[in-house]
Amino acid sequence: MRIGIFVCHCSLNVSATIDVEQVIREVTEYPGVVYVEAYEDLCLDPALERIKKSAAEKGLEAVVMTTCSPTTHQQCLRDAMTAVGLPPDYAQVVDIRYDHETMETATRKAIDLLKATVDDLWAKAPPATFSLSPIKRALIIGGGIAGIRAALDIADGGYEVILVEKTSSIGGHMIQLSETFPTLDCPQCIETPWMVDTGQHPNIKMLAYSEVEKVSGCIGNFRVKIRRKAAYVDWDKCNGCGMCMQKCLTSVPAEFDRYINFGQRKAIYKPFAQAVPNKVVIDREHCGHFTTGLCSVCEKICPNEAIDYSQQDSFMEVEVGAIVVATGYELLPKGEIREFEEDPDIIDGLQFERILCPSGPTDGVILRPSDGKVAKEVVFISCVGSRDPEHGLPYCSRVCCMYSVKMAMLYKHAVHDGQAYIFYMDIRVTGKGYEEFVQRAVEENGVLYLRGRVSKVFRDGDKIKVWGVDTLTGKRVEISCDLVVLATAMIPSPGAKELASKLGIATDEYGFMAEIHPKLRPLESAVPGIYLAGTATGPKDIPDAVAQASGAASKVLALFSKDELILEKVAAS
Amino acid sequence: MADNEFEPNIVGFLCNWCTYTAADLAGTTRMQYPTNLRPIRTMCSGSVDPVYVIRALLSGADGVLVGGCHPGDCHYVSGNYKARRRITILKTILNTLGLEDERVWLRWISAAEGRKFADTVSKFTEELRKQGPNPVKKYWST
Repeated sequence: MRIGIFVCHCSLNVSATIDVEQVIREVTEYPGVVYVEAYEDLCLDPALERIKKSAAEKGLEAVVMTTCSPTTHQQCLRDAMTAVGLPPDYAQVVDIRYDHETMETATRKAIDLLKATVDDLWAKAPPATFSLSPIKRALIIGGGIAGIRAALDIADGGYEVILVEKTSSIGGHMIQLSETFPTLDCPQCIETPWMVDTGQHPNIKMLAYSEVEKVSGCIGNFRVKIRRKAAYVDWDKCNGCGMCMQKCLTSVPAEFDRYINFGQRKAIYKPFAQAVPNKVVIDREHCGHFTTGLCSVCEKICPNEAIDYSQQDSFMEVEVGAIVVATGYELLPKGEIREFEEDPDIIDGLQFERILCPSGPTDGVILRPSDGKVAKEVVFISCVGSRDPEHGLPYCSRVCCMYSVKMAMLYKHAVHDGQAYIFYMDIRVTGKGYEEFVQRAVEENGVLYLRGRVSKVFRDGDKIKVWGVDTLTGKRVEISCDLVVLATAMIPSPGAKELASKLGIATDEYGFMAEIHPKLRPLESAVPGIYLAGTATGPKDIPDAVAQASGAASKVLALFSKDELILEKVAAS
Repeated sequence: MADNEFEPNIVGFLCNWCTYTAADLAGTTRMQYPTNLRPIRTMCSGSVDPVYVIRALLSGADGVLVGGCHPGDCHYVSGNYKARRRITILKTILNTLGLEDERVWLRWISAAEGRKFADTVSKFTEELRKQGPNPVKKYWST
């Protein structure tokens, strides 16, 4: 075998720790090696051109390049070698970018690794690739704003999309919000059109109230088993009229309203009025038919005879060529932060969104959950659980600074004589128009920022007392208020970890989906053909989530634009 | 070679997804660690046949490091659990052969743990320096 070796100086990254000249001397005479060349920066285009040229001139049958990691460089080298007709398996990258005590031992190691790779090439079986035509249908997991955008983009590109959502309506957390920063658009105005489009799109098959059960296959050819959860309602017959909801006898706190005191739903319910699909489901845990066996009011009242108490979970299998994971986030449970008592007037951000929401359970009147009086003083506390490696999570949740100030502003719009306080560590607002938004809240709405942490929040008679510190004046602060809103940290959606293991993709130390390269390939998982979008990979705001969704969709569209994929049979090297 | 100058040879079977990437990270972030380890990239710690480990020891390695993803994080779902079982059994066999089982280390090092990789290699090298050369080596070395 005629083997060529190309040694990279990697500027000083390699040549400062390894004696490149000695490496070249020692491998030149090694069996099989017919050509050795050193180069300043092998990753650059001219270098690859030169390798191609040398390979052709010297009649090389295999090429070894010593640089940094094969994870970043092997593919470029293989592509270059394929272009000159060499099998990709005969292009190997040896990683010699390391730092050791002495140049002498480091050089020894480099020579050993290089010789081992040359030996390995002699023993290598002929390379194996196979081709397949991708199934041009995509699966989107999660029907929040990111999942919706990705589905619409792929469907608009002319390909079939299957959208799986675990709750009974798409919309995600965004549809729970009152208004969105910094434009103060309400999601009922800006997100519902996209939800309706998704429901109506001829290329989108929406599977709400369903979960991914099992995934097998590879890029271009995944087989996915989907569990369609029993709704106890025949969705083909249900027209969403809501008569069953009016007559149902059982009321329970609504999860859509985050279980605040005002929010009630029936045991047969739609999560919210604009639900897409506009269908009801029965909550088996609370429904009188299942708990006592005596009630069947909804069955009697339904004009379409859609109620089916005997319904079971059903399963379906689909074949798709690509998967987009957009599973979203959840908020850290308040109970995990010990400074705060369990109290109805100490609520998290999404609960306050529901109170602020004009179509929410209080019709947008700012009422205290404990006694239903208008809240006259509200304290917002940022970084609850975020940026707190000792007790919570070390990362920044990115959206809390903005949503706290947005909620403070909306609160002032609703209660003109009220006062809003925000305890903060730093104000981290970097998006377009965000800083101006904060200034506006301070100047126009008189939102009072207090720089410092809160040590204790507790009930004091009718009020909630907040003990904190204002580090800018160096004084202790005590505020008696009606309502405390905690900007609790964003954490991965429950079940994200199980889904990741079904998909065979990795999660990071916090349970968010791991990108293959966080900086340069933020939309790809380590499994080819499985893409990531939105808060599944970490906290982000709506513009970022939507941008990622469109990005992931374009990755899928690029994949579907090929009629044939050449894949390598991967083997240990 | 006198004992105090003994430098162990270590062979590392490193999983492509976690430990090999951690080794990359240790290199690019310029963490210093001993040169004694010769890494071999495998797709998964679960694809490391115990025979590879035995062959490395018979061929003159003083220690073998098998590196995989943390339990629950395996790229192939359960490869690292298989590695764990295999290495546990392998160690009992090494003991019956009179080889110290501490010459084979199985460690979980994630892609983000460059520091842990460097520390593991340093510690393993240090331990092997104390243990001295692999006793099997003198019968088999060519």
